[in-house]
Amino acid sequence: MSTIAPEFRLSRFIASLTDIIFWVLLIFSLVGLPLVFILLFYIKLPVVNGQLLTPYLAMTWMADPSRTIPIIKSLIHTEFFRIIAFPGFGFAALFAAGTIFIERKFLAKIQLRVGPLYCGKIEGILQLMGDGLKLISKEIIIPAKADKPIFWVAPLLFVGTAAAFASLIPVAPGWVVSNPNVGLLVVFATIGFFPIIVVLSSWSANSKWTFIGGIRALHQMISFEIPLILSLLGIVILTGTLNLTEIVESQQHYWWIVFMPIGAIVFFITIIAELERIPFDLPEAESEIVAGWLTEFSGMMYGLIQLGTYLKLYAFAGLFTVLFLGGWNGPMVWPPFPADIITNGITIGPITAHIPGLPLFDQDMLNGTLWFVIKTAGVILVILLPRGVFPRIRIDLLLYTGWYKLIGLAFINIFIALGLLYAGVLGHGGLIQ
Amino acid sequence: MTTQLPPGIQLETVDDRIMTLNVGPQHPGSGHMRLIIKVDGDYIVSCDPDPGYVHRGEEKMAEYRNYIQNIPHLERPVIHDSCNILYPYCLAVEDLLGIEVPERAKYIRVIASELNRCIYTLYWLAIYGIFLGHSTMFMWPAGDRELFIDLLEAMSGARVTHAYFVPGGVRNDLPANFEERCLRQVNYFEKRIKEYQDIFYQNPVLRQRTEGTGILSRMDAIRLGTTGSVLRASGVDFDLRKKEPYDVYENLDFETQVLKEGDSYARSLIPYLEMFESCRIIKDALKKMPKSGSVRTKLKPNPKGGNDESYRRVESGRGSLGFHVISNNRPEPYRVKISVGSFRNLICIPYLLKGEKLGNMPAVYWSLNYWPVEADR
Repeated sequence: MSTIAPEFRLSRFIASLTDIIFWVLLIFSLVGLPLVFILLFYIKLPVVNGQLLTPYLAMTWMADPSRTIPIIKSLIHTEFFRIIAFPGFGFAALFAAGTIFIERKFLAKIQLRVGPLYCGKIEGILQLMGDGLKLISKEIIIPAKADKPIFWVAPLLFVGTAAAFASLIPVAPGWVVSNPNVGLLVVFATIGFFPIIVVLSSWSANSKWTFIGGIRALHQMISFEIPLILSLLGIVILTGTLNLTEIVESQQHYWWIVFMPIGAIVFFITIIAELERIPFDLPEAESEIVAGWLTEFSGMMYGLIQLGTYLKLYAFAGLFTVLFLGGWNGPMVWPPFPADIITNGITIGPITAHIPGLPLFDQDMLNGTLWFVIKTAGVILVILLPRGVFPRIRIDLLLYTGWYKLIGLAFINIFIALGLLYAGVLGHGGLIQ
Repeated sequence: MTTQLPPGIQLETVDDRIMTLNVGPQHPGSGHMRLIIKVDGDYIVSCDPDPGYVHRGEEKMAEYRNYIQNIPHLERPVIHDSCNILYPYCLAVEDLLGIEVPERAKYIRVIASELNRCIYTLYWLAIYGIFLGHSTMFMWPAGDRELFIDLLEAMSGARVTHAYFVPGGVRNDLPANFEERCLRQVNYFEKRIKEYQDIFYQNPVLRQRTEGTGILSRMDAIRLGTTGSVLRASGVDFDLRKKEPYDVYENLDFETQVLKEGDSYARSLIPYLEMFESCRIIKDALKKMPKSGSVRTKLKPNPKGGNDESYRRVESGRGSLGFHVISNNRPEPYRVKISVGSFRNLICIPYLLKGEKLGNMPAVYWSLNYWPVEADR
C-alpha cells in the first residue's frame, strides 16, 4: 500500500509548529537551563569589569554582550571542554564522521561510482546522519545463548578505549586532554586493551562465526603489536623521551620520517593491521566468516563499534602524524588576529562595540591545529587507499608478514637509530652541529 | 551420556577439536546452496556440498509446454547466460523438427552467444572479486557489463532474459547500424578489461592468495568429469567450440585458452582470457556475416516432433551445457534432460577443499565457475 500525503492545511501546519515550539521551550527550561547552571557552578568564571562573575550574573550574557566572549573563553579553557569537545571526543568524532564520508566518496571515485548522493542535497553529505538514525531506530537483537552483561558492555568498552586513545594525541601546543610523561607507554597500554575487548565480545556472543573472528583478531592484533612497538623505539632512542608533546617539539626542524623511513613504513603497515582494514580485514572477512566478531551486533551496538573503529583510525593517524610527520609543526600560515579590533573595537555604522577577551584562540594554536588536521587527513587518505586496490590477505601470510618481515625491518630501524645516535649525527636535542 | 536421544538420531563420534560450520544458504560467502564444512583449527577436514535450494523442476515443466513455449522458462536457470542455455535447446529442437537455419541467423547467434558469455563472465568475476575482499573488482566488471547488456537489449529488447534464440533462427533481425555500434563497444571493452590485469590479476596479494591453492591435477580433472574453464585450467585442451563445432564456429578464428597449473588462480584466469577470444570471435563474425537475408525459418503453428530424440551440447560460460530432448509425435517434448557444467564442477569441491585453510574456501569455491541456480535447474 502506498502512502498518500495528506492534504495540506495551513491551520494544521501552524498548529504543529506551535506544538514544536512549546515542547522545545518546555524541555529547554526544565532540562537545559538547570544543566547550564550546574555546569556554570563547576567552572572558574572570569572577572569582567572588575567584578567576579557568579553563575547568576553569567546567565545575563544574553542581555550584556560584553560578558559573552569572556564566558566562552573561560569555558574553552576548562578540562570539561577539552574532554568533551576540542582535542577530545568531539573533535575525534567529527574527524571520524568526516573520514566515513570521505572514505565513501573516495572509494566510489576509484570504483567508478558516485557514492552517497541524495541525502542532504550536496553530494550526500548527510548520509552518515541518515545511517546513524537508522541504526538508532533498529531493534537490538541479543543471541539467546549470549553472555549478556559482557555482550552489552563490549561496544561501550570499545568506544571508551578508542576515545581514551584519541585523548592522548596532542593536537596543538598545549592542547591535549591528557599529557602523561610516559605518553607512548600509555598508548601501547591502550592499544593492548583492544584484543581483550574483541575476544570478550566474540566469546560472549556464543556463535561460531564470532568465535573464529575473535580468534583471528587476537592473532592479528597480538602479532602486529610487537612490530608496532619496536618500530617506535627508534624515535624513543633519538628523542630520549616518551612524552608525545616533547616528541612533537623535537621535530621543529626536521621530521623523524626523514631519518627513519623504514620505521614509518613498518608502523604504517601495523596500523592498517591493527585497524582491521583491507588488506588485513580477516577478522571481518565477509565471504569466509560472515562478519567475524561483529556478526551478532545489531542496531546501535554495531553503530558504536563502527564509531570506535573510526575513532581508532583517527587516533592512529594522529599518532603517525605526531611521531613521524612533525605533529603541529609547520610554517605560520594562519593570519594574525587584527589588532585594531582589540584596541578600537568593531565599528558597524554608527555603533562601535568594544568586546573584551578577544581573541578566543591564539595564533599558534589555530596554526598548529590546521597543520595537524592537514597531515592527519593525508595519513587517513593513505590508510583508506588500499581498500580500493587490494584483496584480503590470508591468515598464514599475515602472520608470516608480521613475525618475519616486519619485526626484522623494525630491528633494522632500531639499528639505524642507534647508528645515528652513536655516530654523533643526532642527539637528544636534535641535529648535532 | 545418559541423556535420552530422540529415536532415529545417533550421536556421531565427534572429535572435540573439530567444529562444523554451515556455510550457507544464508551466508554471504555461499550461493543458493550450503557447504557443510568441518574445520580443525584453520584447516578444513571435510566439505560436503548440499545443493538443491533453488530446484525449480525446469525439466518437468518443459514436458507440459510446446516447443516454443518452453523458450522463456528454460533460460531461467542462468539468466545471465540466457543465450547460451537456449542454444543447445534450439539446436536439439531443430534436429527433431528438421529445420534449416538461415546463414545470417547462425552468425547472429554466435555474436549474441559470445556477448552473453562475456556478460556472464563479468558477473562471475565481480563475485570472485568481492569474495576475495576486492571491492573495486566487484564494481568495475559490474559496470562494464552494461556495454554488452545494452547491445543485447538493442538486439532482443530485453536486458537480462533475452529469449532471443528460437528454433529456426533468432527472434528478430539486428537493429540498424548494429555492426558499427557493436564494433565500437567491443573495442572499448577490450581496452577496459586490460585494466583488470593491473588491478586484479597481477596484484601481489591476490597471487599470493590464490596461486597453489586447490590444485586439481590433469588426471583428476578428467576423472571427476569437470568441464569448461576448470578442465582447461588443468591442462586439458577441450573446448566444444573447437571439438564439436556447432553453427559457424568452425569458420571463425579463435584459440582455446589452456593453462597447466590447475590452481584457483589459473581457474580464475581462464574465463578472463576467454573474454579476449570472445571479442575476437565477435569481430570476426561481424566481418564474415552476410549483410542481409532472412534470420528465421518460420515454423508451422504448434509443430510436432517425430518419434525421435536428439542430444546437442554447446560450450557455455561454465562448460559443456547439453540438452537431451525426446519427442513422441506430440507438440510437447516427451522428456527434456538438461546437463549443466555447474553441477559437474561442483563435484570437485570436497576434493579441493580438503586440507585447505578456511581462508581459501571462497577462492577455491568460486573459482570452480559454479552457478547454484543452474546446477539445481
